[in-house]
Amino acid sequence: MKLTLKVWRQKNSKTRGRMETYPIDGIDEDMSFLEMIDVLNQNLIKEKKDPVAFDHDCREGICGMCSMFINGEPHGPEKGVTTCQLHMRSFKDGDTIVIEPWRAEAFPVIKDLVVDRSAFDTIIQAGGYISVNTGNAMEANAIPVDKSIANEAMNAAICIGCGACVAACKNSSAMLFLSAKVSHLNMLPQGEVEGKRRVLKMMKAHDEAGFGSCTNTGACSAECPKEISLSNIARLNRAYIAASLTSEESI
Amino acid sequence: MSWITNFFTSSVGKKVIMSITGIFLCTFLAAHMSGNFLLLKNDGGQAFNEYAKFMSTFPLIRVLSIVTFIGLLFHAVDGIWLVLQNRKARPVKYHSFKGGANSSWTSRNMGLLGVIILFFLIVHLKSFWFEMKFGTIQYVEYGGVKYKDLYSIVVSAFSQWWYVLLYIICLIALSLHLMHGFQSAFQTLGLNHKKYTPIIKGVGLAFSILVPLGFAIQPIYVLLKSMNVF
Amino acid sequence: MKLDSKVPKGDLGDKWTNYKSKVRLVAPNNKRRIEIIVVGSGLAGASAAATLGELGYKVKCFCFQDSPRRAHSIAAQGGINAAKNYQNDGDSAYRLFYDTIKGGDYRSREGNVHRLAEVSVQIIDQCVAQGVPFARDYGGLLANRSFGGVQVSRTFYARGQTGQQLLLGAYSALSRQIENGSVKMYNRHEMLDVVLIDGKARGIIARNLITGEIERHGAHAVVLGTGGYGNVFFLSTNAMGSNVTAAWKAHKKGALFANPCFTQIHPTCIPVSGGYQSKLTLMSESLRNDGRVWVPKRKEDCKKHPNEIPEEDRDYYLERIYPAFGNLVPRDVASRAAKYVTDEGRGVGKTGYAVYLDFSTAINRLGKDLIAERYGNLFDMYHRITDENPYEVPMRIFPAVHYTMGGLWVDYELSTNVPGLYAIGEANFSDHGANRLGASALMQGLADGYFVLPVTIGSYLADEIRTAATDTNHPAFKKAENEVKTRLEKLLNIKGDKSVDDFHIALGKIMWDKCGMAREGKGLKQALKEIQELRAEFWKNVFIPGDAHEFNPELEKAGRLADFLELGELMVNDALDRNESCGGHFREEYKSKEGEAVRDDENYRYVAAWGYSGDPSKPELHKEALDFEFVELKTRSYK
Repeated sequence: MKLTLKVWRQKNSKTRGRMETYPIDGIDEDMSFLEMIDVLNQNLIKEKKDPVAFDHDCREGICGMCSMFINGEPHGPEKGVTTCQLHMRSFKDGDTIVIEPWRAEAFPVIKDLVVDRSAFDTIIQAGGYISVNTGNAMEANAIPVDKSIANEAMNAAICIGCGACVAACKNSSAMLFLSAKVSHLNMLPQGEVEGKRRVLKMMKAHDEAGFGSCTNTGACSAECPKEISLSNIARLNRAYIAASLTSEESI
Repeated sequence: MSWITNFFTSSVGKKVIMSITGIFLCTFLAAHMSGNFLLLKNDGGQAFNEYAKFMSTFPLIRVLSIVTFIGLLFHAVDGIWLVLQNRKARPVKYHSFKGGANSSWTSRNMGLLGVIILFFLIVHLKSFWFEMKFGTIQYVEYGGVKYKDLYSIVVSAFSQWWYVLLYIICLIALSLHLMHGFQSAFQTLGLNHKKYTPIIKGVGLAFSILVPLGFAIQPIYVLLKSMNVF
Repeated sequence: MKLDSKVPKGDLGDKWTNYKSKVRLVAPNNKRRIEIIVVGSGLAGASAAATLGELGYKVKCFCFQDSPRRAHSIAAQGGINAAKNYQNDGDSAYRLFYDTIKGGDYRSREGNVHRLAEVSVQIIDQCVAQGVPFARDYGGLLANRSFGGVQVSRTFYARGQTGQQLLLGAYSALSRQIENGSVKMYNRHEMLDVVLIDGKARGIIARNLITGEIERHGAHAVVLGTGGYGNVFFLSTNAMGSNVTAAWKAHKKGALFANPCFTQIHPTCIPVSGGYQSKLTLMSESLRNDGRVWVPKRKEDCKKHPNEIPEEDRDYYLERIYPAFGNLVPRDVASRAAKYVTDEGRGVGKTGYAVYLDFSTAINRLGKDLIAERYGNLFDMYHRITDENPYEVPMRIFPAVHYTMGGLWVDYELSTNVPGLYAIGEANFSDHGANRLGASALMQGLADGYFVLPVTIGSYLADEIRTAATDTNHPAFKKAENEVKTRLEKLLNIKGDKSVDDFHIALGKIMWDKCGMAREGKGLKQALKEIQELRAEFWKNVFIPGDAHEFNPELEKAGRLADFLELGELMVNDALDRNESCGGHFREEYKSKEGEAVRDDENYRYVAAWGYSGDPSKPELHKEALDFEFVELKTRSYK
C-alpha cells in the first residue's frame, strides 16, 4: 500500500506545531497502525530526521497508552479498538490519513502526538479508590455481591483510561471516564460506603482540570475502545445530584 | 450556602439547570401550542381574543408566565455559558473532526439551534406580546366586554409569506433542539434505565415532531386562508 | 561470596508466622522520617508503594509510563491463584506450594514459595475490599476456574482482564496515598542508576523523560519492582517499554542477577506476520482445552489452504508424541514441540513459523455456539489481528517469550545482596524456579508488594532510624549523575548509520535462535561471540536523533538496548553453565531418548547468582544451594 500521511508535528509544549505531509510506501495491510508509524519513523531515522513521537506500550489494546486522532476520530475508523489494534486493512491504497494528538485544554501536547493525561490521575486521586489499608480487609466472601451488579461494575471497570472519550467529545468532557470509575466503585457494596464523598470530590477534580460539561452527544461511548455505556454517565449524574443534596460534608 | 453555588457551577449542576428549565419549557410549549389552535376557529377571532385576555389577566397564569420567563432566561444564559465554557475546554481545534461518525448533528449543535430559537423568540415577542402589552392595539367588543384584538395582529402577521417562512425555519430548529434536548434532559437528571429510556426516547421524538408541527399548522393555515385558498 | 537466603528455621508452615512475630519494627514517629524509593508501578511496585505509604513511610514512586496505571501487569489475562479452597476440592496452602515448587522444576526455595501460598488468601481479601470485580456465581460469592493444568480450581478471575483489574486496584490504593501526600509519584521518569553510599543503596538517578533533566533522589532504601526482561528477544508479549535497565544498573552496582536464562515461552501466541512486527500477542492457553494442534505431514502441503489438507495428511503431533496429555501438555513442552516441527520445515503460514490450532473437531462435537461462549472474545481478537475467521479456518499459533523467571537475587526478605536495595515481583528471581505456572505471576507480584516487602523491609530500616535524610549533594550522587550524563552523550555522539531497532532485531534473533526454546552448547558459544560483536557495533554505529534535553524516545530505547546487549550475554553464559534441562531451560544435550528434559539435581540444584566483574563478558558465578526439606524431587512426565 501507498499512503499519504498528514501528521501533527510539534517540538514541545512551548513551540507551535503544524501539519507535515509524509508519503509512505510498502505498507502491508496486516500491519497494525502503530507498526505503520514504526515504518515511517525508521524511514525518518534513516534520513537523520526526528521521528514522530507517539505514546504506545502494550500494543494489545489494554494499557491505554496509544492515543491517535485518525481521520477525525480517536483510534481511527473502527469501533471498539485502540490505535494499536487498528490494522492497515481498514484503509485503502492511496488514502490520505490525517493523524493528530488528542485535543483538550486538560491534555496539553508534550511532543508531536504525545499528550499529558495526568489530569486523569488527578481525578482518580480525588476519590477513585476504596479507603482500605492493606491487611485491613475482611474475608473475601463475607459480603455476597449480586452477579448482575458485579457484571455491571466490571463493564465500567474495564475502562483503560486512554482519553478517547475526551478526544471525541466536542466539549472535551471526561464524564465517561469519570462515570466509569464512579459507577464501578459506587455500585459495589464495598465502595458504596464512601460513595457520596467520592462522587463530590471526583467531580470537583474533573471540573478543576479544565474538562468541559457533558451534553449527552454520545460521541464518547461511540468511540470508546471498550464500548463503555452512557448509562454510567446517568448513574454519575444521579449520584452527584443525590450527594450534593444530602451529604452533610462540605467538599 | 456555598454548596448551592458549588452545585450549580459544577459541570453537572449547569446541566441540571438546562435540564429542569428545559423540561419546564417543554410543558409550556405544549400548553401554548394547544391554546393557539383557537386561531383556527372560524369565529372572527373571538375565542382567541378571549383566551388571550384570560392568559394575560388570570393571576395563576400571570405567575406561571413570569416563571416561564425566568426559566427561559436561565435556559438561555446558562446555555450560552455552557457553550463558552465547553469551547474553552478545547483551545486548539482539530484539523479533521468527524463528529458525524459518532454523534448526531443536532446533539453537537444545541447552542446554534438555541440561538436560532432565541432570535425567533425575540421576533415573536416583539410581534405579539410587546404589541399586546405596550403597542397601540385595537379593541373589540364581545357581549359588551372590551378585548384587545390580538387576533387581527396575528392574522396580519401570518398573512406575510416571509414571516411564515421564518416561523417554519425556526420551528424546524425547535424540533431539532427538542429531538436531542428532550431525552438529554432525562439523561442529565440521571434518569436512565434499560426499561424506561427507550420509552423516554420514543416520547421525546414524538414530542419534538408533534409540537413544532402543531405550531407550524397555525401560521400556514392563516396564510393560506389569507390567500383565499379555502 | 556466601549467599545467605535467610530463610527462617522451623516447620514449613511456621516460618512466615514466626518471622513476622519477631521481625523488628519501626515506630510511627520514625517512619515519617524514613524515605523509600519504589521504582516501577506494576502490581508489585504499586502495591508496595501504597502499602508503605499507608504504614507512614515517605515514599517516592517512579514509572516510565505516563501513568502508574499503564504498567504491563495490566495485560495479564487468565487469573490469580489463591489457596482459598472455596470449591472444597481439597486445596490448601501446602498444595499450592507443592504445585508451584514442582511446576518450577525444583529450582526455587521452599520457604519463599510456601510463604507465597500462605499470603495468597489475603491477596484475594484485599483485592475484593478494594473493589476488584472478580467473577461471581449467582449466589453472589466468588467464582473459580482451573488453570495451568493443576488438579484444583483455585484461580480467581475478572473476565479475561484479571491483570487489569488487579492493577487498577493497586493503582487506586496508590492514588489514595498520593492524594494524602505519603507517596509522591514521578510519572514519565526512568531510573538510570542506583546510588550507593558506604555500600548501601541510598538513592537513584532518574531522567525526566519529558524535559530530559537528570534528577537525584535520595532515600533510606530503594525497591525495584521493574518487571522482567523478555524484551531482550525483541519480539515478546511484553510491552514495548518493558526493559531490564533498572535491574541491570543495580546489577552493575553489585546486586547479583540470578538464573537469567530461565525464560518462559508461551505456546499460544499469534504468530509473526512480517518483518515489520513489533510485538506478539498472547491468547489464553485455555484454547488448548478444545483446540487440536497440527501441521501437515509433508512439507509440500504447507502452503496449501488448511481446509484442503485431508485428515490423513495432517500430523497431530502433540497427540502423537504425548498420548496421555495430548494437546494439554505444559507450556514448555508444547512450545518446544512446535519449534521442532517448524524446524523440520513443516511450519505453516506466510513465514513458516506457525502451527495450526484447529477447532473444527470441537465445533462438530459441541456446536459453534458453545465454542463461541467459551472462547468468543479470543476468537474475536484473533480475527481482528489476522483477518481470518477461526470458526472456519484453523488458527495459526506460535510460541513467544512471555515471562522471565530469572531476576535480581533476593533473600527471604526480598533484599538483594546490596543492603537497602530490594527487588519485588518479576524483577526478582525468587518464587517460580525454572518455570512459572499459570496465574502465579499476579499472585507473586501482589504478595511481594502488599504483604511481604512492607514487613521485611522493617528489619533493615529499624537500623536506619538514626540515619539522616540522604544528602543528594554527596559525591556518590555527583559521580552517578555524571556517569549517566556521560553515557547519554556518548550514545548521542555515535551518530552512526543504524537505528536502535536494527540492533534490537539482530539481538532478538540471536537470542531466539540460540538461547530460546532449546539451547545447545555450540550455539550458545556462538551466541556469545555474536552478541559481543553486535554490542561493539552498536557502540560504533547506532544513530540516535535529537538530543538529551528533550522528549526523545529513541534515546530511551538506545539506553535500554545497551543494557539488553549486556544482559543477553549473561543469559547465554548462564545457559552454558547449566548443563541440565529444567523448566524453561532446555539443553539439547540433556534430554532423554524420548526427547524429554533431563534434570541434574546432583550438580545443578542451585541458584546461579551472577556478579558483575566490570566486564560484561566475564561474569562471576555464585551459587546458592537449594535444600529440599519438605518435598521429594521427582521427574515430570507427560507421556
